Amino acid sequence: MAASIPSMFRWLVWRELLLAWRRRTDVLATLFFFIIVVSLFPLGVGPEPQLLRTIAPGVVWVAALLASMLALGRTFGNDYQDGTLEQLLLTPQPLFLIVLAKVLAQWIVSELPLVLVAPVLGMQFGLSQNTLWIMTVSLLLGTPVLSLIGSIGAALTLGLRAANVLVALLVLPLYIPVLIFGAGAIESTVNGLEPQAYLLLLGATLVLALAFAPWATSAALRISVE
Amino acid sequence: MSKLKIHWYKYAAPVNFYPLAGKMIPFFTGLTIILFAIGLYMSFFVAPVDFQQGHSYRIIFIHVPAAWMGMFLYVLMAIYAGIGWAFNARLASMMATAIAPTGAIFTFISLVTGSLWGKPAWGVFWVWDARMTSTLILMFLYIGFISLQSSIDDTRRADRAGAVLALVGVINVPIIYFSVQWWNTLHQGATLTARSFKMAPSMLAAMFVLMGACWLYSIAIVLVRVRLIIKERERDAPWLVEEAVVA
Repeated sequence: MAASIPSMFRWLVWRELLLAWRRRTDVLATLFFFIIVVSLFPLGVGPEPQLLRTIAPGVVWVAALLASMLALGRTFGNDYQDGTLEQLLLTPQPLFLIVLAKVLAQWIVSELPLVLVAPVLGMQFGLSQNTLWIMTVSLLLGTPVLSLIGSIGAALTLGLRAANVLVALLVLPLYIPVLIFGAGAIESTVNGLEPQAYLLLLGATLVLALAFAPWATSAALRISVE
Repeated sequence: MSKLKIHWYKYAAPVNFYPLAGKMIPFFTGLTIILFAIGLYMSFFVAPVDFQQGHSYRIIFIHVPAAWMGMFLYVLMAIYAGIGWAFNARLASMMATAIAPTGAIFTFISLVTGSLWGKPAWGVFWVWDARMTSTLILMFLYIGFISLQSSIDDTRRADRAGAVLALVGVINVPIIYFSVQWWNTLHQGATLTARSFKMAPSMLAAMFVLMGACWLYSIAIVLVRVRLIIKERERDAPWLVEEAVVA
């Protein structure tokens, strides 16, 4: 008897979270990568507060992009190696939802910690409280898009040689709109402007990615696993 | 009437397309050479000197066609890849693979010529102008497509994976373009009105002739490349083995 779709969804997310909990170091590694990359910039460009405030939006977002890419290989990689993915593809439940569950779990595991830590890093760059709020909101809206688009790249490169480097080549150009809108939202707040337009655009990107990316990922998974 | 009807699907089979392509290549190559000769003559000797930019503007005769080709070929590549994936048409997928390097080269040429032109016209090689930035991103998309296909050994999987990537890229191209444009206007970068000078009719004519030359060159080189791909992939097909024996 097939499990109902909601219970399947819940079960999949729970399983991913449990697996991530058992391998805590992987999750922490991504988080610390993010923290280290962001902290390197003041060392590289100098501690000038005005300069730091100017570059902070871009630095946080670029670091988030790179960190999220590091985590992409895990989305399907382990399941592909031990054969779980094949079993998931054979289930009667729609693959679209299976992909969505996995992406959601991946986001909770590897992106949500970054979003929570980012305000602390923002303080290091001397951002005001209002800006920190906007930064968190922009990351909350933007990072799911990164997970969704990234899942397409992860599915396409399953089991390939040098899959990690390849995923960067495929996915980073597609991340550019998120980078522009996300950093733009923070930057306009830094300059005393309304960030609303950028946040709306980020929201629109999220809706678009939610509708289309799992579909493309499902197609890519079927191609890679067949 | 029925005798006149051409069976279009006939040429979807590599066995029929291979000789057809072989016959078309000299035709397109010849036309390419003629049009390039005419176009280059017009652009160097017929088109007048620009009163603002002097001779340096003449680089647009290759820059503009290259930029157009870079964009057109990406869409064309995605269409072929999509057809190949949806209808399981091997030849369409091979065409997509064959188009990618040419598109990437044209995009690269448009970037290089653009920055060479930028130096005398604006004083710098590179500005983060919306058009240049999106062309750069387009080249990244080409490189992603080519490297994805070349790192998959199974050609069937390579074709389909490339198709997914190309189609995702095509949906993204307008989003990327507009986001870059908005980003650029926000940054208040150097506002460039490169197209501010009026074009003399002879300049326009030279550009269109070279545009045609680039199209025909692309067709010719893609056909050459697709023949090589057919040879590589169908090396065990009896008709190809026969031909090798005859030759």
